[in-house]
Amino acid sequence: MTALLRSAKSLLLLEFVSGLWLTLRYVFRPKATLNYPYEKGPVSPRFRGEHALRRYPNGEERCIACKLCEAVCPAQAITIEAEPRADGSRRTTRYDIDMTKCIYCGLCQEACPVDAIVETPNFEFSVETREELIYDKGKLLANGEKWERAIASNIAADAEWR
Amino acid sequence: MTYTGWFIEQFGAGPGWFLANLTLILAIAFPVMVGVALAVYADRKIWAAMQMRRGPNVVGPFGILQTFADAAKLFLKETIIPAGASTGVFLLAPMISFTLALVVWAVMPFDAGLVLADLNVGLLYIFAVSSMGVYGIIMSGWASNSKYAFLGGLRSAAQMVSYEVSMGFILVAVMLHAQSLNLSDIVLAQKGNVLGVLNGNIFNPLLFPMAIMFFITALAETNRPPFDLPEAEAELVAGYQVEYSSMSFALFFLGEYANILFMCALIPTLFMGGWLPPLDLPFLYAIPGFVWFLGKMGFVFFLFAWVKATVPRYRYDQLMRLGWKVFLPLSLFWVVVVSGWLMFTGHFAGAPA
Repeated sequence: MTALLRSAKSLLLLEFVSGLWLTLRYVFRPKATLNYPYEKGPVSPRFRGEHALRRYPNGEERCIACKLCEAVCPAQAITIEAEPRADGSRRTTRYDIDMTKCIYCGLCQEACPVDAIVETPNFEFSVETREELIYDKGKLLANGEKWERAIASNIAADAEWR
Repeated sequence: MTYTGWFIEQFGAGPGWFLANLTLILAIAFPVMVGVALAVYADRKIWAAMQMRRGPNVVGPFGILQTFADAAKLFLKETIIPAGASTGVFLLAPMISFTLALVVWAVMPFDAGLVLADLNVGLLYIFAVSSMGVYGIIMSGWASNSKYAFLGGLRSAAQMVSYEVSMGFILVAVMLHAQSLNLSDIVLAQKGNVLGVLNGNIFNPLLFPMAIMFFITALAETNRPPFDLPEAEAELVAGYQVEYSSMSFALFFLGEYANILFMCALIPTLFMGGWLPPLDLPFLYAIPGFVWFLGKMGFVFFLFAWVKATVPRYRYDQLMRLGWKVFLPLSLFWVVVVSGWLMFTGHFAGAPA
C-alpha cells in the first residue's frame, strides 16, 4: 500500500509542485544581497584595508623610522630606508609597501608606537597593473590625508580595547 | 500579391524567390537571436529572484543589455583550438548545433498564416531536425580530444536518444487528436476543442498528462536542469563545451538557448492553442494572435527557468531509468488510451480509412 501511495505521489509530481511553490514564494522575499557599487555593507572600526601613513595635525610625519613594522611584517612586504633629516630628527627616506605581498594582518599598525602606519577602511583600491600596487611613501601619505577623518574616528572608537 | 510574388516580379523567378526567402529567413532568425539574448537575461533574473539575489542590473536599464555585453566580450576573445583536437570537426560541431537550432523555426506558425514553410509534415520535420541536434554535441565531444568533453558528448547522445522515443509517442498522441502533422492545422484543431470555449489541448483531461510529460521531455531534450548532465559543472566541468572558447562557445550557447526558445514555442503550439487566445470568445480575438503566442512562449519560458531554479540535477542512472522505465511505458500506454478514446467516440469518422 505504501509503495502504491508512493508511486501515486511521484506520478502526480507532488513533491516537485511543493518545491516549485517554495521557490515561487522566495521571489517575493526581500533580497538578501546588496546592490553593491551603490549600496555597501557596514565596516567595523577594526577593518583592515588599504594602508596609509598619517601626519600630526601640524603637518609633521608621524613615522620615526623605528622599522618595527618592517620587522614584524610576516609577509616582508614593507621596505624602509632612513637617515637623519637636516633638523636632526630621524625620518624615512623610503617607505614602500608591496600590496601584492601584504596579507592584511594588521601587525604593522599594532607594532607602530606613534600610530603612523594604519590600515584604512578602504577596500576598493583595485588597479589594472601590478606596478601600481607597489606603494611608495608618497602614495601612503596621500592615502593618510584622504582617509584621516575615518582613520581618526576608527582609532578613537577602538581606543578602549587597545 | 503575395510577398514572394512581388519579389519574383521584380527580380525574375529564380533570384526573386531566393531574395524573398532570404529576407523572410532573416526576419525570423534576427528576432530569434534577439529573443535568445533576452531569454538569457530573463533566465538569470528569474534564478536570481528565486535565490533572493538581484541578478544583472548594471548594463543598460535593469541590466537588460547584459547579454549583449557578454556576447561582445565573447566575440572579441581568441578561439583556442586544442593541440590534440581534430580541427575540422571541432569547428564544424558548434556550427551544426547553431544552424539546426535556427532551422527548426522555419515551420513555426507565429500567427495565422505567419509561417515561413507551411509544411504538411511540420511535426515530422521538427522531430527530424531536433534528432540531428545530437550530432553537433557528439562531434564536439569527440573532436575535443578531452575526457570531460567525451563523457559529456556520450551522455548527451544517450540522453537525447532516450527521450526522443517518448517524445515521439507524445507527438503521436497530439497528431492523432489533431489528425494532422501541419503545425497550423494542429493549432486550429485546438480551437474550442474543450467544452466548446477552451482553446488548447492542455485543458483536455485526455491530453493534459501528455502536456506535462512533453514539458519534462523538452527539458531533457534541451539539456536543461534537472537533466543538464551533458554539462554537469560539478563533475564534467562543462561537458562537451569544455574546450570551446570565443565564437565557437558562443555558437553552442546561442544554439542551446535557441533550442530552449523553440521548445517554449512548440509547447504552446501543440498544447496551448498557439496563437489562439485561451478562451474561444470573440472579444479576445481583438488582441493579435502574435501577442498571444509570445505571451504563451514567455509563460513556458518562465516555467523552464522556474524548474531550473528549483530542482537539483538527476544522477545518470536516474535519468536513464526515468526515460526508459517511466516515460516510455507511460507515453506508450497513453497513446493507446488516447487513440482508443478517439476511436470509441468516433473522432476518426470523417477520416480516410
